Amino acid sequence: MRPARIARLLMAATLGVGVSFGLIALFGGDRGGPAVVVGPVTTRGVALVGGPFSLTDQHGKTRTDREFRGKYLLVFFGYTNCPDVCPTGLQDMSEALDALGPDAKMVQPIFITIDPARDRPALLKNYAANFHPRLVALTGTTGAIADTAKAYRVYYAKSGEKSGDNYLMSHSAFIYLMGPDGKYLTRFSYNTSPKSMAMGIRKLFKRSSAAR
Amino acid sequence: MNGFVMRALRILLPALFLVALVQPALAAEITATGKLVVETVWARASVVRNGAAYVTIRNDGKTLHKLVGVSTPVAKSAGLHTVTMRDGVMRMHALKAIEIHPGEPAVMKPGGNHIMLMGLKQKLVKGQRFPLTLHFEKAGRLTVTVQVMGPGARGMKHRTGHDKQ
Repeated sequence: MRPARIARLLMAATLGVGVSFGLIALFGGDRGGPAVVVGPVTTRGVALVGGPFSLTDQHGKTRTDREFRGKYLLVFFGYTNCPDVCPTGLQDMSEALDALGPDAKMVQPIFITIDPARDRPALLKNYAANFHPRLVALTGTTGAIADTAKAYRVYYAKSGEKSGDNYLMSHSAFIYLMGPDGKYLTRFSYNTSPKSMAMGIRKLFKRSSAAR
Repeated sequence: MNGFVMRALRILLPALFLVALVQPALAAEITATGKLVVETVWARASVVRNGAAYVTIRNDGKTLHKLVGVSTPVAKSAGLHTVTMRDGVMRMHALKAIEIHPGEPAVMKPGGNHIMLMGLKQKLVKGQRFPLTLHFEKAGRLTVTVQVMGPGARGMKHRTGHDKQ
C-alpha cells in the first residue's frame, strides 16, 4: 500500500478508537470505586441470588423476607458450632455496620443457620447476643432452611465425622447484600475488612437513591 | 537540699532500673522450649461447645520443627485444624502437624490454621486465662497460658482495617 493510504487508514482507526473511548467515558458504567463491589450483575446467573423466606428467629417468632422491604439486608449463612469463620464473619458484619454510623439503621444484619437440627431458637438467642444488637438469627425446618440456602445458592454439608452430635460443616462463607426491594445487590467474601464492606454498602446506597 | 536529693536518687535510680529490667518479662509472657518461642496465644470467648485458639510460634533454631498436637483441661479434646476456602465455600480439615520453619513464624489466624477446642467443659469468658499444652514432634511439650478475647475477636489487637484478599 502507498504511504498516504496507510496514513489515512491509521488516522481513521485512531479516530474510531478515540470516538469509542469517548462514548464509553461519557455513557459507560462505573466511574471507579472499590473493586470489591460487583453491582447488579447478570453474568453467570448471579442475579438469581436470594428469594422469599419464612423462618423462625431467636425469639421463636416467624420472620419473612417481605417484612424487611425498605431495608438493606446483610445476610450470612453459618452454624453456631463453627469455631472460626462464623464468629469472625459476624463480627466483621457488626463492625461494618458500626462504620456506617447513623446510616447503619438502613441495614438489617441477618444470620441464617445451615444447621437447623442443632441451632434452635434458644441457642441462637445466646449466640446472637455476642454480635450486633440488631442481629436477627434465623432457623427453621430442614426443608425451609434448604429452600432458603438454595435460593441464595449457598452450599452446605456435614464434613468429617458425620454421625452423632459433634459434626462440623462446610458451607459458603459469603456475606450477601440485598437491596430494599429484596433483590440481590452484591456479596462480600469472607475476610473482607469491615471498612471495605462499609464502603461497598455505602456506594450502593448512593446508586440506589440516584436511580429513583 | 542537696543531701536529700542525693539520698532520694540513690534509692530511686536502682529501683527504676530494677523495674525496667522486670517489666518486659511481666508484660510479654513469652514462653519458649529450646529454640521454639511462643509469641502469642489467645482464644475467643465461647458460646457453644466448640472454641478456637490461635498461637504464633517462632523458630529461632536451624532445624525444622513440627507442632503435632494440643491438649487442654478446659476441653474434652483439642486438635490442629485448618480452613480452606474455594469458590467461597469454607471447609475445615484436621491437620496432623503444623511445620515451624526456621526464621518463618507459624502464625495461626481466623480463616487459616487454628486450634479447635471440642467439647468445652467450661464457658470461655473474655478476660479469662487457661492452660494449653503444645505437643511438638522433637521438642517435647510446652504449656502456655491462653488469653481469652471477645467472641468475635480476630486477634489480640484491634483490626487495622486491611483486606486479607
